[in-house]
Amino acid sequence: MSGPNRYLPVLACALCAFLLPALLAATKTAYLLTQLTMSAYYVLASLGLCLLMGYAGQISLGQAGFFAIGGYASAFLSKANLSAFASGRIAGLLEHVGLLVRGADAYGNAILSISPWIAFICAVLLAAGIAALIGTPVLRLKGHYLAMATLGFGIIVERIVRGTKDLGSADGLSGVPSFPILPGLAVAGGKALRASNFTIAWLVLALGLLALVNLIGSRAGRALRALHDGEEAAGAMGVDTSRYKLNAFVIGAVYAAIAGALLTHYNGSIGPGEASFMKSVRYVAIVAVGGMANLSGTLVAGLFLNFLSLRGVFGRFDDAVFGTILVLVMLLAPSGKARGRAGSRPGLPVFRRRGDPGG
Amino acid sequence: MPLELVLQYFLSGLIYGCIYAAVAIGFNIIYNATAIINFAQGEFAMLGGMIASTLAGILPLWLAVAAAVALTSISGVAVERVFLRRVARSGVLNTIVATIGLSMLIREAALLAWGESVRTLPFFSGTEVSSVYFLGAHFSPQVYWVAGATALIMAGLTAFFKFTLMGKAMRGCSANRDGASLCGIDPDRMVTIAFGISAGIGALAGCVVAPLTQTHYAIGAELAIKGFTVAAFGGLGNSFAAVLAGLALGMLESFSTVVVPEAYKDVVTLCVLLALLFAKPTGLLGSRAAATLKEY
Amino acid sequence: MSILRISGLSRSFGGLRAVDGVDFDAEPNRITAVIGPNGAGKTTLFNLIAGSLRPDSGRVVFDGSDITGLEPHRVARRGISRTFQAIKLSKQMTALENVMLGRHVRSRAGFPSGMLAAPWTRTEERSIREEALRTIDLLGISEYRDRETGALPFGIQRSVELARALASEPKLLLLDEPASGLNVRETRALGELISLIRGKGISILVVEHDMSLVMDVSDEIVVLNFGRKIAQGKPRDIQANREVVDIYLGEEDA
Repeated sequence: MSGPNRYLPVLACALCAFLLPALLAATKTAYLLTQLTMSAYYVLASLGLCLLMGYAGQISLGQAGFFAIGGYASAFLSKANLSAFASGRIAGLLEHVGLLVRGADAYGNAILSISPWIAFICAVLLAAGIAALIGTPVLRLKGHYLAMATLGFGIIVERIVRGTKDLGSADGLSGVPSFPILPGLAVAGGKALRASNFTIAWLVLALGLLALVNLIGSRAGRALRALHDGEEAAGAMGVDTSRYKLNAFVIGAVYAAIAGALLTHYNGSIGPGEASFMKSVRYVAIVAVGGMANLSGTLVAGLFLNFLSLRGVFGRFDDAVFGTILVLVMLLAPSGKARGRAGSRPGLPVFRRRGDPGG
Repeated sequence: MPLELVLQYFLSGLIYGCIYAAVAIGFNIIYNATAIINFAQGEFAMLGGMIASTLAGILPLWLAVAAAVALTSISGVAVERVFLRRVARSGVLNTIVATIGLSMLIREAALLAWGESVRTLPFFSGTEVSSVYFLGAHFSPQVYWVAGATALIMAGLTAFFKFTLMGKAMRGCSANRDGASLCGIDPDRMVTIAFGISAGIGALAGCVVAPLTQTHYAIGAELAIKGFTVAAFGGLGNSFAAVLAGLALGMLESFSTVVVPEAYKDVVTLCVLLALLFAKPTGLLGSRAAATLKEY
Repeated sequence: MSILRISGLSRSFGGLRAVDGVDFDAEPNRITAVIGPNGAGKTTLFNLIAGSLRPDSGRVVFDGSDITGLEPHRVARRGISRTFQAIKLSKQMTALENVMLGRHVRSRAGFPSGMLAAPWTRTEERSIREEALRTIDLLGISEYRDRETGALPFGIQRSVELARALASEPKLLLLDEPASGLNVRETRALGELISLIRGKGISILVVEHDMSLVMDVSDEIVVLNFGRKIAQGKPRDIQANREVVDIYLGEEDA
C-alpha cells in the first residue's frame, strides 16, 4: 500500500477502540466486546507473521510458539511468589524501586511478586532472544526445510509447556494477575473492565499496525520487499539479506509474544493449546487469505475469522474451517511467486490493494 | 539396565522406526516426482489403520488390510488430481502449505467419521500379545510382520524402480521432466501414480503397526513430522537411507526415555530434526548437488 | 593505480574449470569489456568479483583494498554495482521503487527508525526519492516510473535495472550483457549511455556478446576462452589478433 491512504486502517482501529464500546452498549450487544478484544490480540500476532511471510517472504509454521512463550513467561513471572526472599537486602531494594510488589493473594497471605511491567518486558525479551538465537540458522534454510524447522520449533514449545509441571502441564497456568498499565487502567478480565480492555486491545493493535505500515513504507521495508522478490538482486544492491530476514523474524516473534502476554493477562490464564500446530496454521491461513503481503487484508481477515471462531460459529469444525480456508486460498488465489508468471495475484479480490493488476 | 528392558526399548524403537521409515519413503517418492513435501503423508498412515479397523469387523483380516491399502491409495490419487495438481502451478511453497491444509481436512474428516476413540487391529498372527521369547523378553510375532512389511516395501520399490517400465519412467520423470515428456512419458500421470504408491505404502505401514501401537484420528501430524525428520536425515529422495534413519530415530526416541521424562520424548526428536536441518540440510547421506536439483 | 585488479582468479564447478587463473587490471574511468565465446567464464568472473561466488584461489583488489570473497552486500557498499544478464528487478515494485532500492547503500535508516517514522528518516526518504528520480530522468524513462516493472517492456526493464545500479553512485559498474535482447537502435542508445556514464567518472566493466557495441565503446578489451585470458588490448589490436578471430570464427577460415 502506498500514499496517505495506507494509514486508514490504523485510524479505523483507533476510532473503533474508542467508539465501538459505546456503540455496542447502545445496541445492548456489549457482550461481544470480549471476543472482539481477544480477536484483536490474535490479529496482532497475525500481523507479525504477515511481515515475515508476506513481505520478507519467509514461511513460519511456529508463530504460535512465540505467542505461547510470551503468554507463559508473563504468566509465570507475574505469578511467581518471591516471599521467601522478602527479607533479603536486594529484595528490599527492588521493592523500593518498584520492581517487586508486595500484596496479598486470595487467601490473605502476603506475597511478593514481580511487577507486571517487568514480567511483561522479560517475556517479550525472552521471545525476542529465542527468535534471534534460532533465527540465524533457521533462516538459512529454504522452502520446505524452513517450514519444517519452524514447525518443529512450535511443537517443541508446545511439548515443553505441556510437559512441565511448573507451567501447569496440560491445564496450563491460571490465576494470572491483572496487568496494570496506568493507575486505574489494567489488562484484566471481568465485566466491569470489558470496555476499557477493548479500548486497550484495539489501541495496541492500532499501534502495532502503525509501526508496520511505517516500516513497509521505509527504506527497510523496501529492502525487505526486494529481498522477497529476489535475494540475489537485493544483496547486490547492498541489502544484508541475512540480517534483514532475522530482523523480520524477530519482529514477528515480538508481535506474537506481546499479543500472547496481553491476552493471558486478559483471560487470566493460558494453556498449551495456544502453542499448538493448529494455532500456527490459523495464523498462516489468516495471512494467506488476507493476501500475504497485505496488512489490511490480514487485519480484516483476522478480525473476521477469529471473531467467528471465538463466538463458536464454526462449532467443532473450527480447525477444519481454517484448513479448508488454507486449501481454498492456495487453490484459487495464491500470491507470491507463481511458476512462470511475471506478476502474482495478491490474494482474494476483496483484499486487492489499489494499483494492483487485476486478474 | 536389565537386558529384558533393553530389548523392550529396542523393539519399540524398531516398530516405530519402521513406521517412520515407511512415512519417509512415502515422502521421498512424492518428493522425487514433484519436489514437494506432502505433509498429508502422515494422514495416509492414519487412514490405513482406521479403515482397516472398521473393515476388520466384517471382512477377513487380510482382506480388510488389502482393502484399506487400496482405498487409501485411491484417496491419495484423488487428493492429487483434485487439489494438488491445481495448486502446483503456483509454486512449491504454496503447495506445501496446501498439503498442510489438506492434512488438517483429512484429520477432521477422520474425527467426524471415527470420533476420538483409539482403535486397533487384531494381531496378524498369534493370538497372544507376546508369544515369541527371545533373550529373556517376550514379544509379539507382530514385530515380524512389521519388519517383514518394511523389507517388502523396500524390496518391492527397488524392483519397481529398477525393473519395471513404469518405475523407470518415473525415475526419468524426476530426473528431467521435460526430457521424459519428450520421450512420451506423461509427467502428470507419473505424479498421480507416485501419490497412489505413497499413500498405499503409508496405509500398509499404518495397518501393520496398528495392533501394537493402536491408531487414532490425530496421529497423522506427528507421523508426518517424524517421517520428515527421517527423510531429511537420510537425504531427501534416498529411500534406503530413510530406512536406516528411521530405525535410528526410532531407537533414539525409545531409549531417550531413559534419561528424559516421557513428556519430553518428542522434544528430543524435534531437537534432532532442528540440529540436522541446521547442520546438514541435505541429510547425512545426501549430497549438496542432489539438494540443489530439487530447489526452486 | 587500477580500479580493479584480478590476480590468479580461479573457480571450478565439480571438474569444470570455469575461471582458470585469470589476471587483468581495469583502469579507472575506462570502459573495459570482457568478451569470449559462450561458456568462456565471463558471468562466473562477474559473480566472483561481485561476491555471489567465492573463488577457489586468487584475489580481487578493488580500489586498493582486497575484496576477495566478501559477501555481495559488502561489495556493494564498497562501491561496486551490477546489472544481471537475466533482469532481476522486483516485479511488484514500481520502477521508481526499484531505483530507490539502488540508494540503499547511500542511506542509513534501519528497522527501529523505520517503524517509528523518525523525522530524520523522512528527510532521508525524500532525498532518496529525489536522487532516484534524477537517475530515472537521466535514462529517459520518467514516464514509466510509477508502473510496476513486471508490466514494462523488456528494453525499459533493462533501463530500470541500469538506473538502479547507477543510483548507488558506484565507483565501478558491472554490466552483464546489457545489450542482450535489444535491437540495433536500442543498442546504439545503450552505447551512448555507457559513454555518458564513463563521462561521469564511473569505471565500467562490461560482459558483452554484441561485437559492434564492444568495439565502439570499449577502451580496453579482455578476451576469455575456456576460463583463461587469451588476450588483452585496445579494440583495434584485438580485432587484428589472430587467435581471437580464430576462436570466434572457428573453422570458417579453412
